Amino acid sequence: MKYAFSFLAVLALVLIAWLGSQIPGMQYLFGVAIPYLAIMIFLGGFVYRVVQWAKSPVPFSIPTTCGQGKSLDFIKQDKLDCPTKTSEVVARMFLEIFAFRSLFRNTKSELHEGPKITHESSRWLWIAALLFHYSFLVIAIRHMRLFLNPVPEWLQFLDFLDSGAMLQIGSPLLYASSLGLLGGVAFLFGRRLVNRNVRYISLANDYFPLFLIFAIAVTGMLMRYILRTDIDIISIKELLVGLVTLSPVINVKIGSIFYIHVFLVSALLVYFPFSKLMHAGGVFMSPTRNMANDSREKRHINPWNDPTIKPHSYAGYEDDFREFMVEAGLPVEKELPPKKDEE
Amino acid sequence: MALAKLEQLSKSVVQGPSLSTGAVPAKDWMDTPAIFKEGNFAYPAKQEKVEYLDSQDGIDFPNARIWSPDEDDWKLPENWQEIILKGLAERLEKFRSLKIFMDCCVRCGACADKCHFFLGTGDPKNMPVLRAELLRSVYRNDFTLAGKLFGKMAGGREMTVGVLKEWFMYSYQCTECRRCSVFCPYGIDTAEITMMLRELLHLVGIGINWILEPASNSNRTGNHMGLQPHTFKDNVDFLAEDVEALTGVKVNHSFNRKGAEVLFITPSADVFAEPGLYTAMGYLALFEQIGLDYTWSTYASEGGNFGLFTNNELMKKLNGKMYAEAKRLGVKYIIGGECGHMWRVVHQYMDTMNGPADFMEVPKSSITGTVFDNAKSSKMIHISEFTADLIKHGKIKLDPSRNANVLPTFHDSCNPARAMGLLDEPRYILDHVVPKWHEMPENTIREQTFCCGSGTGLNTDEIMELRMRGGLPRANAVKHVIEKHGVNMLSTVCAIDRATLTSLMDYWNPGCGVCGLSELVGNALVMDNEKRAMGYGADGTESELPDGLRTML
Repeated sequence: MKYAFSFLAVLALVLIAWLGSQIPGMQYLFGVAIPYLAIMIFLGGFVYRVVQWAKSPVPFSIPTTCGQGKSLDFIKQDKLDCPTKTSEVVARMFLEIFAFRSLFRNTKSELHEGPKITHESSRWLWIAALLFHYSFLVIAIRHMRLFLNPVPEWLQFLDFLDSGAMLQIGSPLLYASSLGLLGGVAFLFGRRLVNRNVRYISLANDYFPLFLIFAIAVTGMLMRYILRTDIDIISIKELLVGLVTLSPVINVKIGSIFYIHVFLVSALLVYFPFSKLMHAGGVFMSPTRNMANDSREKRHINPWNDPTIKPHSYAGYEDDFREFMVEAGLPVEKELPPKKDEE
Repeated sequence: MALAKLEQLSKSVVQGPSLSTGAVPAKDWMDTPAIFKEGNFAYPAKQEKVEYLDSQDGIDFPNARIWSPDEDDWKLPENWQEIILKGLAERLEKFRSLKIFMDCCVRCGACADKCHFFLGTGDPKNMPVLRAELLRSVYRNDFTLAGKLFGKMAGGREMTVGVLKEWFMYSYQCTECRRCSVFCPYGIDTAEITMMLRELLHLVGIGINWILEPASNSNRTGNHMGLQPHTFKDNVDFLAEDVEALTGVKVNHSFNRKGAEVLFITPSADVFAEPGLYTAMGYLALFEQIGLDYTWSTYASEGGNFGLFTNNELMKKLNGKMYAEAKRLGVKYIIGGECGHMWRVVHQYMDTMNGPADFMEVPKSSITGTVFDNAKSSKMIHISEFTADLIKHGKIKLDPSRNANVLPTFHDSCNPARAMGLLDEPRYILDHVVPKWHEMPENTIREQTFCCGSGTGLNTDEIMELRMRGGLPRANAVKHVIEKHGVNMLSTVCAIDRATLTSLMDYWNPGCGVCGLSELVGNALVMDNEKRAMGYGADGTESELPDGLRTML
């Protein structure tokens, strides 16, 4: 149900772009106006979300310590998993963001007769996540060649590496990142269907971006490998360079597949800041990961700490129990009142 | 409800219909209501306890009343929904963690099988991700654009009584152990979520007695057990006499003594019940032997802090006694005993909430001269840090053979492991006080340790089956080393563990004992001028008593 809804939503987007871009005069809307709007919403939305997060303070020091903390000289600190210095925190965050280190730890627990529970290392999700994200990154960078004139040499080199030019596979050359992205999406989607835990927790919000990214990848690959006759790469580059230099022009007819691709990318950009895709920003700001484990060494300040919350006072405590305390020989601040009649 | 027989429960865990055993519920989780029946919920807090707490300065526990989870009508205040949503809005502004954890989850499911409650119950809502979704769905509905536009299609859900009941059920089937947060690629910490859920529930007068009664005891008498000053003193005196009876060394301890160098604070459970008592005897023997100038306090006689399981205001109020008493007595620094959640509070919250502790000095061991820079601001060190340092400097004489009858393993308690990083100090001590010990499997120790299943105030008897299920992953790992190495003792540095693991072992691994680390230290300790009580073996030869501090004299 949930994936059907998401699938239909992406299909609807495709149809809108396909039909819409064929209406004379609408090319400008799909090729220029919508991409501009999408970029603005993406950037504005992303910044807005990050600012919103930053506005809430971090009242307490709550790093999750995943190794030995700094302690006595002869106890070896795990600087990466239990950092105390800023440089150590940066190293922890770097590995978290670029190598998905927490996911690398993943285990799979299974129940057996007995009962017996086993916990095995399980790295498939980690591998697929890396494949997916890095392919996406390479593809995004690779697309810069369409926006930049002349194309910088390093970008040409990246393209060369990615396209497997050295191996001469197919014509045009097949990008490794295209396969990586498709493979990654397929795994992440398949996992949502096959793994019963993940299937049960998945929402339409989880399937939608997968379908959307899949559709973006497929339309992009169609353009490059199959529907090439419809595509005038020169005029596409003219349009895209124009977009970047704020002087967009659409001179000749460009095939619908291009508009569909661009519209889907626009949809992704608009969707991004309002969805779970913001994990891309949030991972930098997660207090359990980006804080040093030094809360006994340095006082962490809570801006809303309420100084009026005081413990039940010792005086109040002694008043309550003075008689017992005196009788038990416990020291007291205030002696018992002298008894009146001791005859 | 009587606890299921071992055979039944063993079968039920593996074969009963649950998500873990492959029986995927036909209905979506949003359409599956929480159903309360005797045995699956902790009893609600007594009205007078809630009223008492509410009457205290600086904290609010409104809407005290008599209610029961298994009744349809929870007698919620009329505007309960408004209270909850307003409370959530406030907390989103106060806690960045909450905002980020609400927004960033991609539901990858890496956390799902990391939770001991999920592994033991197979209940989908015990997957950390779904526990958080219980709150996140409401957040999406009322606080996000997507939720406002698309409602349920975007995973949004209106705040209803049904949702509130789910919150109660599942925020009290989470022990805030943080194991899931180790594995989450964004570090989403379900402890934070559970804390928020519990805070919100308290706003509408929903809480459990097993937490609020100890918390109110602690406020008034200074400790969870409600021991009044003279009783607390009696209990410690009694333990000191036991130490003397065994070792022949008279223990000189003091209470509420001004001018002592060190204030010692440990969970009151250590002076109240077995096997914590033996741990307390270990402290007494150790401090006596090294001649530490220290005092106990009857006012700050609780290391633990059940406020942590309610809301941050009560946590702060209860914790405030430690510094207040340290200041009154004029001590130089504080040593804290073995306790899990106590150390979460002391390590991550205390200085922020009740500091700066500038009236004390940076902790410096008067025995070894070691300066504890890692606690230079908070001025409080862990007994394991203190003891490990003593051992390293050769300041105490230990005879591991006195622990020859125990073959321990070591259970990392959740909070010292994942909210402090205290992993190797206890191991270092263990290496020196027993002839031999064995680690449990690697995915069940250190930062991946499994909770006892009864933390955060869930160690109450009416939910025993839930506790035994939640503790199963821990028990199972212990069983592994029992079978492989013949382990007969589960050592730990947590007072709640000492109580709950005892029940857990009795159920899943009968015959395996539970002890505090300081008990093993006390046993192995060779004291000056000692005259150990001797016993006679079956063959008539005289020897030291094999049970050490546990010997009934």
